[in-house]
Amino acid sequence: MGRKLLIHNDKVPNIHTLEVYRAHGGYASVEKALKTMTPDQVTDEVKKSGLRGRGGAGFPTGLKWSFLAKPEGVPRYLVCNADESEPGTFKDRYLMEHIPHALIEGMITSSYALGAKTSYIYIRGEYFYVARIVENAIREAYAAGLLGENILGTNFSHDCYVQVGGGAYICGEETALLESLEGKRGNPRIKPPFPAVAGLWGCPTVVNNVETIAAVCPIVNMGGDEYAKIGVGKSTGTKLISASGHINKPGVYEIELGITVEDFIYSEEYCGGIRNGKKLKAVVAGGSSVPILPAELILKTAKGEPRLMTYESLSDGGFQTGTMLGSGGFIAMDEDTSIVKNLFTFARFYHHESCGQCSPCREGTGWMEKILKKFLNGTANESDVELLWDIQSKIEGKTICPLGEAAAWPVAAAIRHFKQEFLDIAKSKKFIDVSHYNRLNKITA
Amino acid sequence: MGSQVHGTQEFNKSKRAEIKFSEEAMAIVKGIVSHYPEGKQKSALLPVLHVAQAEFGGWLSPEVMDYVAEVLKIKPIEVFEVASFYTMYNLKPVGKCVLEVCQTSSCWLNGAEDIVKYIEKKLNIKVGETTKDGMFTLKTAECLGSCGTAPMLQCGASYHENLTYAKVDTILETYKAEGKLRSYTDLDYKNTL
Repeated sequence: MGRKLLIHNDKVPNIHTLEVYRAHGGYASVEKALKTMTPDQVTDEVKKSGLRGRGGAGFPTGLKWSFLAKPEGVPRYLVCNADESEPGTFKDRYLMEHIPHALIEGMITSSYALGAKTSYIYIRGEYFYVARIVENAIREAYAAGLLGENILGTNFSHDCYVQVGGGAYICGEETALLESLEGKRGNPRIKPPFPAVAGLWGCPTVVNNVETIAAVCPIVNMGGDEYAKIGVGKSTGTKLISASGHINKPGVYEIELGITVEDFIYSEEYCGGIRNGKKLKAVVAGGSSVPILPAELILKTAKGEPRLMTYESLSDGGFQTGTMLGSGGFIAMDEDTSIVKNLFTFARFYHHESCGQCSPCREGTGWMEKILKKFLNGTANESDVELLWDIQSKIEGKTICPLGEAAAWPVAAAIRHFKQEFLDIAKSKKFIDVSHYNRLNKITA
Repeated sequence: MGSQVHGTQEFNKSKRAEIKFSEEAMAIVKGIVSHYPEGKQKSALLPVLHVAQAEFGGWLSPEVMDYVAEVLKIKPIEVFEVASFYTMYNLKPVGKCVLEVCQTSSCWLNGAEDIVKYIEKKLNIKVGETTKDGMFTLKTAECLGSCGTAPMLQCGASYHENLTYAKVDTILETYKAEGKLRSYTDLDYKNTL
């Protein structure tokens, strides 16, 4: 069994309540940080831990914190990005729903390190019921003196609020999130200035993912050096993986970074193998925007080494033969799955979610969806594969925010690794969805 | 705000005069506004629009948006540009229960399309339409973060997961028997239904 630091108590009855959470060691990091450490010491531990942003980009958290501008007399803010919307990702929802205090504890400890008197948790609107759970937990924390004035009798005071969104994937991009938090459309801002200098209402702001903030608690408790001993190389600590698709045991798993992909898919501790005795065809390892890989390349690198669940191993080989850990949204597909149709659902998603600011993304995502629709209708020509490739290549790097890349990469990877499937449909002028019966089995059960 | 701004709906002055939050809703709105610094009340717009949508029949009419602008002391166009950007705000009337079936990757891999077809047949409507009795509107949605429990649909605050045809039957029957408006702001979410 791997070590768990975030959701080890998820099965404890009533762990969502403050009483039970504290009885299981909750809020120890707040006690330790506020009473025995300076804010800079907390930041140092986070730096030493090697923690990297768990939202998808994997940027070192301690470094991000150290960029925070600290002008006199200007408020600073911590904003938690709980706008989890990357297809295949549902770990933050799991954490907030089951152990909401783990997030609030992290918010307090992190805000102390950053000198933030106020923090906001921006939760995607669809997770309204989760926001209720988090709000209840916040009320409990206030009542227990863990939020508000002079927390635990110290000089540190802090207010934490929840804001719900309105339904927009783009608000997971940190500057779009800030726009949304200011009551505007979720149009990403041009950087620089970065939020660390001019964020919420123009004030210095750190935006961190739910899991990142929750991970600060064990880091403070055990010390950054100890945390860094878990994992491999620059992939330290544990990571929540959202597993879905054609696996026997979908769900959220906390893994030690460094286990093999094969172990994750096939061991009983995690996904328990592919459903109905089918063979694995392909995996999207880190949320919809990372390149899809065929089974042979997700299990082993191009060099023939076992692929590990780490930032480095998953990206080994670049985009030619590798992918990314991303948000940890792990979607496994069996041998009957149509890669073209799955790609269509992604293309439709990105077209729907493009904010419309930049032409390459706004127009390109629409064109990609339309062309993929031709494949499903059986009206595509072989030249449409080239056209699709051409369009995706003209989006990457030409937009304000990374939604452009997120939309282009899955198209590029599907063509790179499964071109024959596209050509077969174009040649036969027929799209046959053989996975249909497999799906029907499940919902007629 | 007139129909020239709003596009599809007419602005009716006498309707506008009747719109007012209940005391309970107004207290919630004031609570939300208090989360932000003085002068930053515009930040409350997204959550307040959710409250307004639940309060005024499940959608945001031009009159309601105009009212929200007045409450938050911002321009009506600032409300409309936000309401029209985010997918959770309905700018046209909808049924009491809006069924949003997730259709992205993991849900598709697990039969979301068949769930949509099943509901279409059962309610005799197509995606985007409302039943004649005004009870149900069927929509498709993009990833709702329920990939491990696919297929799923959302109705108001409730997440209905691991859907089967039988489960869909129960959900539709239960909501129809209740006959009440379902909103994202509901406290009585029915995730276990």
